[in-house]
Amino acid sequence: MSPLINLVIFICLGVAMLVLSVMAIATKSLLRSATYLLLILLCTAGFYLFLNYHFLAAVQVSVYAGGVVILFVFAIFLTTKKDESMVRHDVLRYAYGAAGILSGIALTAFIVLKREYLYSDNRSMLGDAEIPMQQIGEALMGTGKYQYLLPFEVLSVLLLACIIGGLIIAKKR
Amino acid sequence: MIRIEYYLVISTLMFFIGIFGFITRKNMIAILISLELVLNAVEINFAVFNRYLYPDRMEGMFFTLFGIAITAAETAVALAIIIGAYRRIGNIDVNNLAKMKG
Repeated sequence: MSPLINLVIFICLGVAMLVLSVMAIATKSLLRSATYLLLILLCTAGFYLFLNYHFLAAVQVSVYAGGVVILFVFAIFLTTKKDESMVRHDVLRYAYGAAGILSGIALTAFIVLKREYLYSDNRSMLGDAEIPMQQIGEALMGTGKYQYLLPFEVLSVLLLACIIGGLIIAKKR
Repeated sequence: MIRIEYYLVISTLMFFIGIFGFITRKNMIAILISLELVLNAVEINFAVFNRYLYPDRMEGMFFTLFGIAITAAETAVALAIIIGAYRRIGNIDVNNLAKMKG
């Protein structure tokens, strides 16, 4: 694809992501909020495709969009009454929050935009820098330097603990 | 050409939108959704820094990968807690959760 089309698609994705983020935290209905979250996560998968992390995009779609959002939807169905109106904090809290995030955005934008990033011509722009699946698998399953068997196993223990903990917390007494 | 700053600006804005939702929403599930936004922005940053500044390495990608898995686990436990709180108290607004004994 030509760089211009790439840029246009990227900007569309980014703008959609920001608008959907605002809508996800501003909407009254929780179910809508979860739907916007789903679209945000799919846009993020699009970003990973732009960066040529195809495996990451697949994981993002299957784990986040497939798993986490479904969990959210079920939890919303289980905990929301039919005609429930949104309870708001008082206005002062919104003011504090707005002041806090505006100063945070100003600080971060200053740091991000002031710095010169040293990257010469980037291979990911040419579209030939996809990491082969074999390399990912070897890094995930090896025990050497820059290989990740131990975190992988720790993560599987964490997931087991999560399953057991979730069952214990949510079970009927 | 897509510069690195474009990604960083978008993820910064998304991060702070998430924080604003975290501060201002009362419903616990809405707070959790805001938290997802924050984590998502952070994970974009890991992948972007890896791709642009160290294109020959894979550390940022693996950090994102493990981050996604940990986020999923955290969400599952948090939703279990929210459902448990709903059973006890009858709604899931944070100001009703002041007493959390036993």
